[in-house]
Amino acid sequence: MTAVTAAEAGLLACHACNLLCRPAAGHDLACARCGASLHIRKPDSIGRAWAFLIAAYVLYVPANVLPVMETGSLFGSQRDTIMSGVVYLWHSGSWPLALIIFIASILVPGAKMVALAILLVSVQRRSTRRLLDRTKLYRMVELVGRWSMVDIYVAAILTALVQFQALATIKAGPGAIAFGAVVVLTMFAAESFDPRLIWDPVNPVKRSHHG
Amino acid sequence: MVNDPRDYDLPEAVTAPKRGWSPQLVWLIPLVAVLAGGWLAVKAILERGPTATISFKTAEGLEAGKTKIKYKEVDIGEVKVIALSEDRSQVIVTAQFAKEAQSFLVEGTAFWVVRPQIGAGGISGLGTLFSGAYIGVDPGSSSEARREFTGLETAPVVTMDQPGRQFVLRSPDLGSLAAGAPVYYRRAKVGQVITADLNPDGSGVTVKVFVAAPFDKYVTTETRFWQASGIDITFDASGIQVDTQSLGSIILGGIAFQTRPDALVMPPAEANSVFTLFPNRAQAMKLPDTKTTLYTLLFDESLRGLEPGAPVDFRGVVVGEVTGVGLYIDPETKQLRMRADVNVHANRLEMRAGSPSQVALLPAERKSRLDLLVSRGLRAQIKTGNLLTGQLFVALDFFPEAAPATVNWTTDPPEFPTVPGGLQQLQAMLHRVASKLEKLPLDKIGTDLHQTLQSFDKLAKRLDAELAPEARLTLEEARRTLGTAERTFRSDAPLQTDTRETLRELTRTAQSLRVLADYLERHPESLIRGKKDNKQ
Repeated sequence: MTAVTAAEAGLLACHACNLLCRPAAGHDLACARCGASLHIRKPDSIGRAWAFLIAAYVLYVPANVLPVMETGSLFGSQRDTIMSGVVYLWHSGSWPLALIIFIASILVPGAKMVALAILLVSVQRRSTRRLLDRTKLYRMVELVGRWSMVDIYVAAILTALVQFQALATIKAGPGAIAFGAVVVLTMFAAESFDPRLIWDPVNPVKRSHHG
Repeated sequence: MVNDPRDYDLPEAVTAPKRGWSPQLVWLIPLVAVLAGGWLAVKAILERGPTATISFKTAEGLEAGKTKIKYKEVDIGEVKVIALSEDRSQVIVTAQFAKEAQSFLVEGTAFWVVRPQIGAGGISGLGTLFSGAYIGVDPGSSSEARREFTGLETAPVVTMDQPGRQFVLRSPDLGSLAAGAPVYYRRAKVGQVITADLNPDGSGVTVKVFVAAPFDKYVTTETRFWQASGIDITFDASGIQVDTQSLGSIILGGIAFQTRPDALVMPPAEANSVFTLFPNRAQAMKLPDTKTTLYTLLFDESLRGLEPGAPVDFRGVVVGEVTGVGLYIDPETKQLRMRADVNVHANRLEMRAGSPSQVALLPAERKSRLDLLVSRGLRAQIKTGNLLTGQLFVALDFFPEAAPATVNWTTDPPEFPTVPGGLQQLQAMLHRVASKLEKLPLDKIGTDLHQTLQSFDKLAKRLDAELAPEARLTLEEARRTLGTAERTFRSDAPLQTDTRETLRELTRTAQSLRVLADYLERHPESLIRGKKDNKQ
């Protein structure tokens, strides 16, 4: 890589409108055009990403242990966790559906958190290996993140629709909240993470402004 | 490097107002997550109740993770694991209970699978047709914790929370009883049979009954229980008796209880008291037969119709029963006699008046008392109880004219004196009459009668020969006399005519006299002067 980065040139690019600005004296700078705050790199990116990620990890446990949906019907009530739903679908022969739910609700959030952790650790260690792959990984994490919310949407819609009192009712369980929180927190973590940091070990930033 | 960016005219960033919060605040988020997650975990651990294993014969209708454990239709737990026991004879169900259900897991708690059931007593568990089977609980009252239970195969008839008391009944046979059969008090259903099982040694059956609360106080230590199962038809010396309780008990069988009306007022019986289950009401209501004395009765008449169990009765009061009928060879006379063994309930024969202590007589006293009664004429006798069926019974009564006899205390059992039965007495009397009749000199009587008749005949003949002609003559004379008399008095007879003429003459004479008298009255002087002329 031979390109000069904005940071190398001692300039700041606006996150919102991408206007390139010269740094001014003082601490907190804003874009001259759109007024968004300006940083060379997202401030405290790694710390914030870690905070969100750790919160996501913590909530990932109840999200998978606690029931996400409580189905009550004439024939008795049932509390399903995500995994029990997957197992039920798998046993009842709906393998594609089971796979979709397993991937979207268990594998993807899990993989996302693992990926974010790898990215954060590697950035902290200023690793210079597989920079391109890591950037691709980050893009994927950002892209795929919101789709994990499918489960929560389904539960929310069913909860709103299926309310036939004695015949059948569906309630969202405590696991749904945790699961939603996991998805949102991983999205925040991904958002907090500044992918430019991956490349910084190659092109060191002039630290004229703190992060 | 193509261009130095500084060559471009780039705008300078403006200074923004400082944000009020520190970037470090972001760490509050994982903290909150940890707290929330930790709280959930702690709550889950704290709320996690005990687990217990329940063994069943079959896991029919049970499903791991689905089947609930319910008490009064409230979920208190869930089946987690269903596994076979090591010897594969049973199903071991591991259940997770709610924390509040801790108190259920004690000694005495019963578990059973509630499935839809249709029986003679009713339909139960219909709801489980839709919801699937669940495990019912009947909590024990003990405080001793337990984690391993043996599930019942059928739901208990009576659950622990029902107020009332259990009693144990012993009976030689079960009749038509089954668990769930009703228990009646004065034909009102007050309880149920809980279990009806054979004794372990096979010597009889033990029936456990539950009598619901307020009615359990009617069960006193004096109460009698009897089988009210089905239709009880008795065909004995007292006639035909048909005894039933309700229609339900005819199908299901049942037990009835009552206290003898003349029994002493006793306190309510303790729970799990043991009672005897009588086969029918009549037997149950008998007086308590604690002291019985065996006697032998010897008869010379047929005992056909006298069966073991036939009553021994004193002027209508049953005081005992026949225990056996057999033969007896008199060792001295080598005579074959009929033997009936009777069980006499001493306390029935003795006076009931007074305190119970008075009833308890010494054996010697009893002997002397019985000897006294026998000396006054107390005898046993065979009587016909039922002409239709020919049932016999033993009657005790006083026969002052009976030949003197005593109780033979030397034999075992003692021999009680008897008198011939009513029928036999009649037979004996007829026999006496017949033998007397036989003794009559019928031949001689016949000869005498014949002679008498012959002399009568002779007399008649003589009368005929000697008396008859005379009589005829006399009669003829009489007829002639009568004919003459008749002729004499006929209207045209000369006597009559003469008489009439005479009377006419007399009439005329009387007329003349009257004329004369008249004249004389008018003319009295004529007597002197004579008759004057008719001209005057």
